[in-house]
Amino acid sequence: MTDIVLNSGDTAWMLASTALVLLMTPGLAFFYGGMVRTKSVLNMMMMSFVTIGIVSILWVIYGFELAFGYKGESAWYGNLSFSGLGGMVNDFTNNGGIYPIPVLVFAAFQLMFAIITPALISGAIADRTKFTAWAVFVATWTTIVYFPVAHWVFAFGNKVGDTVTGTGYLAGKGLEDFAGGTAVHINAGAAGLALAIILGKRVGWRKEAMRPHSLPLVLLGSGLLWFGWFGFNAGSALAANGIAGLAFLNTQVATAGALIGWLLVEKIRNGHPTSLGAASGAVAGLVAITPACAFVAPWAAVVIGLFAGIFCALAVGLKYKFGFDDSLDVVGVHLVGGIWGSLAIGLFGTHVVNSIGLDGLFYGGGTALLGKQALGVGMVALYSFLVTLVLGFIIEKTIGFRLPKDAEVEGVDLSEHAETAYEMSSSSRGGSF
Amino acid sequence: MKLITAILKPFKLEDVKNALQAHGVTGMTVSEASGFGRQKGHTEVYRGAEYTVDLVPKVRLEVLADDADAAAVVDVIVNAASTGSIGDGKVWTTPVDQVVRVRTGERGPDAI
Repeated sequence: MTDIVLNSGDTAWMLASTALVLLMTPGLAFFYGGMVRTKSVLNMMMMSFVTIGIVSILWVIYGFELAFGYKGESAWYGNLSFSGLGGMVNDFTNNGGIYPIPVLVFAAFQLMFAIITPALISGAIADRTKFTAWAVFVATWTTIVYFPVAHWVFAFGNKVGDTVTGTGYLAGKGLEDFAGGTAVHINAGAAGLALAIILGKRVGWRKEAMRPHSLPLVLLGSGLLWFGWFGFNAGSALAANGIAGLAFLNTQVATAGALIGWLLVEKIRNGHPTSLGAASGAVAGLVAITPACAFVAPWAAVVIGLFAGIFCALAVGLKYKFGFDDSLDVVGVHLVGGIWGSLAIGLFGTHVVNSIGLDGLFYGGGTALLGKQALGVGMVALYSFLVTLVLGFIIEKTIGFRLPKDAEVEGVDLSEHAETAYEMSSSSRGGSF
Repeated sequence: MKLITAILKPFKLEDVKNALQAHGVTGMTVSEASGFGRQKGHTEVYRGAEYTVDLVPKVRLEVLADDADAAAVVDVIVNAASTGSIGDGKVWTTPVDQVVRVRTGERGPDAI
């Protein structure tokens, strides 16, 4: 144990992966930004960007310790410490075993997950959210929802000799979630549903057309997400090895499958395969393969992706049936895709591709793994939904979460940021200093 | 004097402009417009949600003409703009009291 040598190949890959995962959040900003109307694109993108700022600061002060602090003993949260990450500079990563990469590299990598998860929620409450209330929500939500849930799922405990302490509850129960189907996507999707209910429908919802103002921006965003997702999934191996390679390939082929699946639904149902459908299908596939990418064979990844595209394409219509304005389909894509991907491991999982993985239903493993997966899905969804519902309600009743109606109609870009995204004409605006 | 206003299919603008220039018209104003007549709009689908878009993109072309020439200019526009299908647009004329050329101060038909 004492003579661990830093592995520069692993460390280099983790540094690159970390930067890739960061890029997903600006990518998400484009993906969401293109889908809203011209009067709210800046606010939509700002909700992602300010999240990068807030969560990064919290992460250094107490976030990493609360999620992964390996001196903690609890199954529910990590270490309660305001260390500022100064005391572990020379340590290796210990997460259910020692990895030959500096713990600060692991901390930086996991930070990017903590950033994108709350940013994902913003799509559910487009066009109508008070910006300061969003900032307060992000700080509070990451503290009481994301950091603990990340501990449940991703913390495999501090291993010293043969004893492991502080393993997260779901990790200890044998939940297989390689890169965050539960902790990231179900978590964000359930929270998005709660906030869409708390904030209510936008003015004119289902009466006036709320068309995406720029589909090229949406496609740009989905491309950046796809690119960054290789770091998200393959980086979660915490090593440059065969598991990373499996996760990498599965990420690619599942996404391809979902893109095709979504377009097939559109072609059959509406007659036209759309560019928004291609972008959405790709993201649905990325979501679904996230938990499964290191536990299934590549052919199974294609099947998981294909069905993710089909399920999510059908699920985005549910909001009209149930009457909640999940503006950019955080529920239909992230919650539904996350649930499908997490449960699919219980069907397609096999130890052949990964020695630590269990066999799922289709590999003769029975329903044992499916049960563990269902427990993880249910616990994370329920906890996230209920806590977010209460948190959202408190923010709405105290500082106000939703914009006044006139500000929303005028446009959240102008009312919250005193900016407009596009100069439509060189002569029409006038004005002076 | 008359103001001739034409609503055209955007792709016919070049034909109409060339025909007017060949007829001797020396100036015009063109702006982008949107609207509908009998053509109505179209349907767009975003993530399965159908929107009816009833304002179709058009081009509005305005030309000033002397009373004697106005009818001929209208014919030139109509001939050049016609495709025979729905949505070809409309042309109408309105009387104009006064026209002034800003640079020289010329008034009336001389300013056209």
